Amino acid sequence: MSPSLSIKDTSLERRVFSGRALLLFIVATALVLGLVVRLLQLQVWEYDTYQTRSEDNRIQVQPLAPPRGLIYDRHGVLLADNRPVYSLALVSERIADLDALIKELQGLVNVNDEDIEGFGERLKRRRRPYEPVALKLTLSEEDIAVLAVNRHRLIGVEITTQLVRHYPLDSLLAHAVGSVRRVTEEDLQRLDPVRYSATKFVGRRGVERFYETSLHGEVGYQRVETDAHGRIRQVLEINPPTAGQNITLQMDSRLQIAASAALGQRRGAIVALDTRSGGVLAMISNPGYDPNLFVTGMTTEQYRELSTSRDTPLFNRAINGQYAPGSTFKPIVGLAGITSGAIDWEEQIEDRGSFRLPGQERIYRDWSWKRGNSGGQGMTNLNRAIYRSSNVFFYDLASRLDVDQLSAFAAQFGYGQRTAVDIPDASKGLLPTRIWKQGAKGEIWYPGDSVNMGIGQGDLLATPLQLATVASVIANRGSWPRPRMLLASDRPLIEFDPPRPMPRVQGPAADDWERMIDSMEDVVHRGNKGYGQNGTAWAYIGRNIAYRMAGKSGTAQVVEIKQGEEYDEEELDEYNRKHAWFIAFAPADDPLVAVSVLVENGGGGSSVAAPVAREVLDAYLLPQLAAR
Amino acid sequence: MSNQDFVRRMPGGAGLGASGRLLQIHLDPLMLLALLGIIGYGLVVLYSALNDNDPLFANQIIRMSLALVAMLVAAQLQPRFYLRWAPFVYAAGVVLLVLVLLIGVTVKGSQRWLDLPGLPRFQPSELMKIAVPMAVAWYLHERSLPPRFTDVCVALLIIAVPAGCIILQPDLGTGILVACAGLAVVVLAGVYWRWVAYAALAMAAAAPGLWFVLQDYQRQRILTLFDPESDPLGAGWNIIQSTTAIGSGGLYGKGLFQGTQSHLEFLPESQTDFIIAVIGEELGFVGIIALLALYMIVIARGLYVATQASNTFQRLLAGALTLTFFVYVFVNIAMVSGLLPVVGVPLPLVSYGGTSAITLMASFGIIMAVRTQRAW
Repeated sequence: MSPSLSIKDTSLERRVFSGRALLLFIVATALVLGLVVRLLQLQVWEYDTYQTRSEDNRIQVQPLAPPRGLIYDRHGVLLADNRPVYSLALVSERIADLDALIKELQGLVNVNDEDIEGFGERLKRRRRPYEPVALKLTLSEEDIAVLAVNRHRLIGVEITTQLVRHYPLDSLLAHAVGSVRRVTEEDLQRLDPVRYSATKFVGRRGVERFYETSLHGEVGYQRVETDAHGRIRQVLEINPPTAGQNITLQMDSRLQIAASAALGQRRGAIVALDTRSGGVLAMISNPGYDPNLFVTGMTTEQYRELSTSRDTPLFNRAINGQYAPGSTFKPIVGLAGITSGAIDWEEQIEDRGSFRLPGQERIYRDWSWKRGNSGGQGMTNLNRAIYRSSNVFFYDLASRLDVDQLSAFAAQFGYGQRTAVDIPDASKGLLPTRIWKQGAKGEIWYPGDSVNMGIGQGDLLATPLQLATVASVIANRGSWPRPRMLLASDRPLIEFDPPRPMPRVQGPAADDWERMIDSMEDVVHRGNKGYGQNGTAWAYIGRNIAYRMAGKSGTAQVVEIKQGEEYDEEELDEYNRKHAWFIAFAPADDPLVAVSVLVENGGGGSSVAAPVAREVLDAYLLPQLAAR
Repeated sequence: MSNQDFVRRMPGGAGLGASGRLLQIHLDPLMLLALLGIIGYGLVVLYSALNDNDPLFANQIIRMSLALVAMLVAAQLQPRFYLRWAPFVYAAGVVLLVLVLLIGVTVKGSQRWLDLPGLPRFQPSELMKIAVPMAVAWYLHERSLPPRFTDVCVALLIIAVPAGCIILQPDLGTGILVACAGLAVVVLAGVYWRWVAYAALAMAAAAPGLWFVLQDYQRQRILTLFDPESDPLGAGWNIIQSTTAIGSGGLYGKGLFQGTQSHLEFLPESQTDFIIAVIGEELGFVGIIALLALYMIVIARGLYVATQASNTFQRLLAGALTLTFFVYVFVNIAMVSGLLPVVGVPLPLVSYGGTSAITLMASFGIIMAVRTQRAW
């Protein structure tokens, strides 16, 4: 066969082969020894490292989110509870082709671009390996069924259940109770990472925010054995979470409903206080929003609508809306005048419809000027100045008062400060003083500033909560319950740390309080006395009233009316029209409830805001009076 | 002249004892014992690696039985039969490999399977694990040894054609093993070390160029070997989990069925290529050493048989098949313990599946034929 001429030397071949075989066997043995050394390294020398690594692989400590505490109103009506929500989550580690899977899911359930965008953001955050990341936050029953049917094809897709906040009354209490929102990256830097390790939502506004710590509860954990796909094989140890505290608010949801109905579609705010405890019975800011949207998610479009609407539905007018109090400030000025001795109850001035400071050109007009009643209110004492809301009387009185004294007196009613126990977000309003003006505007205090302040205009600002408080303080004849949201809780809440009680209003004698309250009753009840003699609100709310109500209207200018210009309601843009105020409390001699009503750009306080106040008081008092 | 050889010539054979009877049916008792030890050990570990009542276990038992039959059959054939048929088997194998490249069935991105009518689907590359060393041994058998340069070149060509076809499938692991089997023959034939050194130098010089020939995933595997932590959930996952499994087994292991890495599915391919990690985790260092010892008995015995063979062809074939077996064992364990890049090489006779067990046992059958059928 072989053309080779060489002679085969079989014994040599055998020797060569044996040598080679032996050599290769030695090489093989050496290589195996190398393996043995490697095994020694892994299994003996570095055993601890790998042992730990193996344990870390299989044992996971998973935090368990505590159920959030429930919020009730004073009658035990649930204002905020928890409800299971099913969401679609993906375990990216188990998914080979994420885009293809999402595309497939889109064929089954409605997954829109925003869901995908949100998913992408959540995916980037730090998380445990194999932790499901939410893609679609709420699934309908139908979605769940469709996904269940296709389950075998959808590797890495999970339907997760979690308890999320639910507000059964939707937008009704959005501003009063507040809302939770999904924990953001920013929140994570602020919140305790351990307590919030399983928490998806955090109190964002209102009560939900203030009582966050108590409502949240304590996180639990479980030690579980998981497989490589993140599935729990067995629970090794469980330390259950402690549910958040249930709390009961002063809020009266029936009154809230009535107040909301009374305001209707108008922009504005209502605050009703229990005059004896300071409890906030109702708090409306209209328009509101559905707080559930912040839980279950909303489209960018919806959010943009909410956040950029000119009607500012996310803005809580009741505590953050700062408006000139207008004529509702007059009772304070009156009491300040009495206290300081600038006037007494008998002193009369002649209201000719306008006022001029000595030696100055500027004319300060009465509100009745427009009606052609250039004759003014005539001879007016403090009582008449209140029920007729005479501007001229208070121009004159304020011009005789020192602004710092007036402001100090007004401060006793809560002007310019936060007095509520548990509403830290509330605005302070603005109570001007000489020093304030120097600092803020670099100007001295002019006598004209005092004149404007006499009728609650100028720089003076207050929130509806503050004016309800003023009404409540007057109702209590100068004594003070601080406004508060909380009525009761199972255990003391750590957030509830009431500041020192507000001191009684100093100055007015008991008789002064009664006379001022009588004057405010006249605003409502003095009627059938003929033209120019009735209380300003009587025609609107004073008839067929079953209890004695004390009130005061107010109208706050939104734009400054220049000297000599006419104020023409019709020509003004709606958003530049005056705000209507009414503050009231009842029953006048044994008050139970105080209320402030603001209707933005509503016009006259008596005609627009007073009927709303009457409806609120009726809703609260009539059932109680009937029961007696 | 060994005792067995003497016994072999005795007429009858009844009452000769177990080893005598085994020799009568051309089985080498020591090698058989070690192989059965490996297979039995493997089945126990596989049973642990599989979940309860997994039908795969029955499959494996059937496959191992078939493998034993293949060994038995291969042992009955005379070595000269192999010598005669070597070129034809080789040629047929090359044709099949070309067919695979043309009409093969693609599984997991590689075109490795041939689905010919009337035959079960099979991988021709498996056949080449035996056919290539056999063909090289056949070629060198007639030549004077140590081989001359042209003979070596021809031998390399015999190796390169099928190995190249297999690598093109692509199946780098099997391709390298087939090449190793052929090269083992060349080395055993006494090729000058000088040439081996030159070849090694040439390979080293070509290495950077090879880098560009590799597929992306192959490059990734090499990079992963050096730094598995760079992508712990992706490319590095396998090697991290396998070293963790082995290391966490410690000296004596966590106990059969107690391996958390394998049973909680952290360890990939725990029934197939990575089964040694299951052994390491559940039976520890001791468990792997025991298995390695069995392997080394088989290898030592195979090489011994080769040295005792009566002609060049038998020597080269038996030696090369044995060394190929060693390469399997070494590459697999080195890969799983993180010393070599991940290539698809199963742990011989232990990993689940594949036709490899049947080919391997057939090759041991051939070695036993060499051992027991000297007269030809």
